[in-house]
Amino acid sequence: MIRFEQVSVHYEGAAGATLSGVDLTVPEGELVLLVGPSGVGKSTLLGAVSGLVPHFTGGTLSGRVTVDGRDTRTHKPRELADLVGTVGQDPLSHFVTDTVEDELAYGMESLGLAPDVMRRRVEETLDLLGLAGLRDRPIATLSGGQQQRVAIGSVLTPHPKVLVLDEPTSALDPAAAEEVLAVLQRLVHDLGTTVLMAEHRLERVVQYADQVVLLPSPGAAPVMGAPADVMALSPVRPPVVALGRLAGWEPLPLSVRDARRRAAGLRERLAPVRPPVPEPVTAPVLPPPAPSPVRRGALARLLGRGARAADVPGSVDDATARVERLGVRRGRVEALRRVTLTVAPGETVALMGRNGAGKSTLLATLVGMVEPTTGTVLVGGRTPHRTEPRDMVRRVGLVPQEPRDLLYADTVAAECAAADSDAGAAPGSCRALVSELLPGVPDDTHPRDLSEGQRLALALAVVLTARPPLLLLDEPTRGLDYAAKARLVGVLRGLAADGHAIVLATHDVELAAELAHRVVILADGETVADGETREVVVSSPAFAPQTAKILAPQEWLTVAQVRAALGEPS
Amino acid sequence: MTAPTGSAVLARSRPLRAPEANRSNALPAGAWWLWALGLATAASRTTNPLLLGLLVGVAGYVVAARRTDVPWARSYGTFIRIGLFVVGVRLVFSVFLGSPIPGTHTVFTLPEVPMPDWAKGVRVGGRVTAEQLLFALYDGAKLATLLICVGAANSFANPARLLKSLPGALYEAGVAVVVAMTFAPNMVADVMRLRTARRLRGRPTRGVKAVLQIGLPVLEGALERSVAVAASMDARGYGRTAQVPPAVRHTTNVLTLGGLLGVCAGTYGLLAAQGAVYGLPLLLAGLVAATAGLRLGGARSVRTRYRPDRWGARAWLVAGSGAAVAVAMIWAGSVDEAALHPGVVPLAAPVLPLWPAAAVLIGLLPAVVAPVPPSAGAPRSKEIQ
Repeated sequence: MIRFEQVSVHYEGAAGATLSGVDLTVPEGELVLLVGPSGVGKSTLLGAVSGLVPHFTGGTLSGRVTVDGRDTRTHKPRELADLVGTVGQDPLSHFVTDTVEDELAYGMESLGLAPDVMRRRVEETLDLLGLAGLRDRPIATLSGGQQQRVAIGSVLTPHPKVLVLDEPTSALDPAAAEEVLAVLQRLVHDLGTTVLMAEHRLERVVQYADQVVLLPSPGAAPVMGAPADVMALSPVRPPVVALGRLAGWEPLPLSVRDARRRAAGLRERLAPVRPPVPEPVTAPVLPPPAPSPVRRGALARLLGRGARAADVPGSVDDATARVERLGVRRGRVEALRRVTLTVAPGETVALMGRNGAGKSTLLATLVGMVEPTTGTVLVGGRTPHRTEPRDMVRRVGLVPQEPRDLLYADTVAAECAAADSDAGAAPGSCRALVSELLPGVPDDTHPRDLSEGQRLALALAVVLTARPPLLLLDEPTRGLDYAAKARLVGVLRGLAADGHAIVLATHDVELAAELAHRVVILADGETVADGETREVVVSSPAFAPQTAKILAPQEWLTVAQVRAALGEPS
Repeated sequence: MTAPTGSAVLARSRPLRAPEANRSNALPAGAWWLWALGLATAASRTTNPLLLGLLVGVAGYVVAARRTDVPWARSYGTFIRIGLFVVGVRLVFSVFLGSPIPGTHTVFTLPEVPMPDWAKGVRVGGRVTAEQLLFALYDGAKLATLLICVGAANSFANPARLLKSLPGALYEAGVAVVVAMTFAPNMVADVMRLRTARRLRGRPTRGVKAVLQIGLPVLEGALERSVAVAASMDARGYGRTAQVPPAVRHTTNVLTLGGLLGVCAGTYGLLAAQGAVYGLPLLLAGLVAATAGLRLGGARSVRTRYRPDRWGARAWLVAGSGAAVAVAMIWAGSVDEAALHPGVVPLAAPVLPLWPAAAVLIGLLPAVVAPVPPSAGAPRSKEIQ
């Protein structure tokens, strides 16, 4: 169905070829997964299938790409539109119309399908993707998972033979991701659609793949084969495969079910060992932030702004952040209701829950971007939304979902200098953090040219320059490969050990299992679970990490714990 | 009348009551725009502040009764603010630059800037009369009412929805325009996001410096998004065309361009107070030529239309009510010019002319016949499968 013959892609100004000498054949009706570390050209390879590379992105493509016999050299993307459906990483930039139903119909309208056919397919697709209740909604008001489903639906309606997806589940909560994957599997099984997708969250998708294409490093030839064979040599692998390699299972299991069947022996070996209990938080308490050099203006004093914040001395409260019976309303929507949360120094808390459950709102309240409607929020003894931003950065730092928002300057060095002056830190302190988190990035790199993981590290360094005792991260692992994720875990563990309290909002159950002391699950703006990671996570089918599922009823959370228990070197 | 009888009457007349709005019975965007343009035409024919106020009230009532919860439905308020601004600007100009209106009631006198001989016609400062202010006020109110009518149309029918009624030949250009228009709201969203990000960096979010510093990233972001949307549109078949012979293509161009020029000239004739005589025929001839051109042009496009809005009885009533208001006002203007243009010299209190005022009330019809939007609080009724 898709053939790559000696394909190389070279972008203007890039040092080397992004892809070189790729020979690849994707047979009809297969679900093929494209894996590899960040920056190896996965998106470029996907773009070449739909013709967007090079017709739209520029660059030079040599060799030949044919889809169902049509050469992308002679066919523009629009002439492949009836054959290839493409969904990029960001669903928002995919939408052309403004309501769900129109969006589903847009592709068919362009192709000139008959009105009754269009109507039937829109209704079918609404049902297939569970969007029937949202059909009249403006797309801008949908949650991330809903938008992702609309984006997939919008390319499904013309019934393309090939579907190309770039990270379709990275932004979704576990349940929504499973829904999307179930739909994809149904398309492959029932309609014979060929699916080619790239995804970093292998633990979610590898079991559905018929074949896996591995791009081991930039410019290297791809390796294609059965998932179990390719996983055996892949530098990126999900926990189930890592556990399989550790236990020496042959062939490697790809799904929790396969692994459980072989896990009896491992469970026996592990039986005498008790899973490590997370050590109580005995981190050194960070010194309280120095009083702000900024003097409040006469007007502010007159109006009494910030007066209440000053009343509460920081030393009385030993918690870094204390949220009590917090309620937030936005228009008619109650985003949060009666949420109570305390974060102690050195503690790592994972906030989980489906898209739109209020995780980001809670983080925004903690930094003072959102004013609570009811209840109290105290961070470092201050009320965030009444405290000057300059003062607040010393108490709490947030790395937003899109780390790029935090970066304005056009070089890494300028960004660091700005961060130092913002935080009132000694010159060079941000650059030192960058070198620690992100070794080998030259000063004159533009933040836009960094990879997803590098940008996150830079934003993290910028936020950490002010040494805030409370660090908040919103969806930090979106778009990160396993190596970048492992580095992030290391960094955050170090910070927690230094006494930073960390709150992460995440859909990534594996990350929560590795990092968090406590997990808080939000649903519809309310806290539905708050407890030690092990207690909350192991019992939940949606939030349990793969290791826990395989080794249940024993309560192991991560491969690292199992490795330590078996006494193997890591 | 007792309550049970009342509800019995309602129950019997149920088929005539406006249904709850959904996709199938949605009024075409064109109907709303015709209604609003009818009101606007009426407004352009009068300077009577009472009639203008009545027009604003009618538009406002219909908006309040029938608008939905979608983001663009809030434009009515925005346009009212713009209208007030226009009135203000008109007054300020009148005060500072004077006015050709002769007047005897001096309100106050500004110091006059002496002008050289060659600029004799121009006056800056000087005497400000009540007549002149009143004239400016009426004139400004007329413009403001026009704008508010457009705002009302906007709050019912997103301009993007007008595309659905565009002929196939124009659709692609229309999509390009709409995508370009989403540039502005997206940029506003970007500004909000970057301002919160500034707060996260501990910088003040207000002030000139803040605006300058986020300007560049905002532009960059908007540009990137435009490129991404263009890529997505291309990949989804935007701009696929069928082959047509060159002769057809040229005829199409001539007919379309000529027709559109005719439409423009005709509309101008109708809206301007003079020239209604040649306005209508020119408009009609232009419309015919343009329609023929667009029909021909449609052959080049392979597009089909998904669930186009249908012109049903309710759509005709809505559009017709606007047209009726416009026609009535034009007719009233030819019968009793003075009632629609209350005297400024000498000063006189405006009088509400009965029949034109009654005619304006026809514009309330959509508040009864248009489908009722589902109330925000109530659970949405089951969709038609």
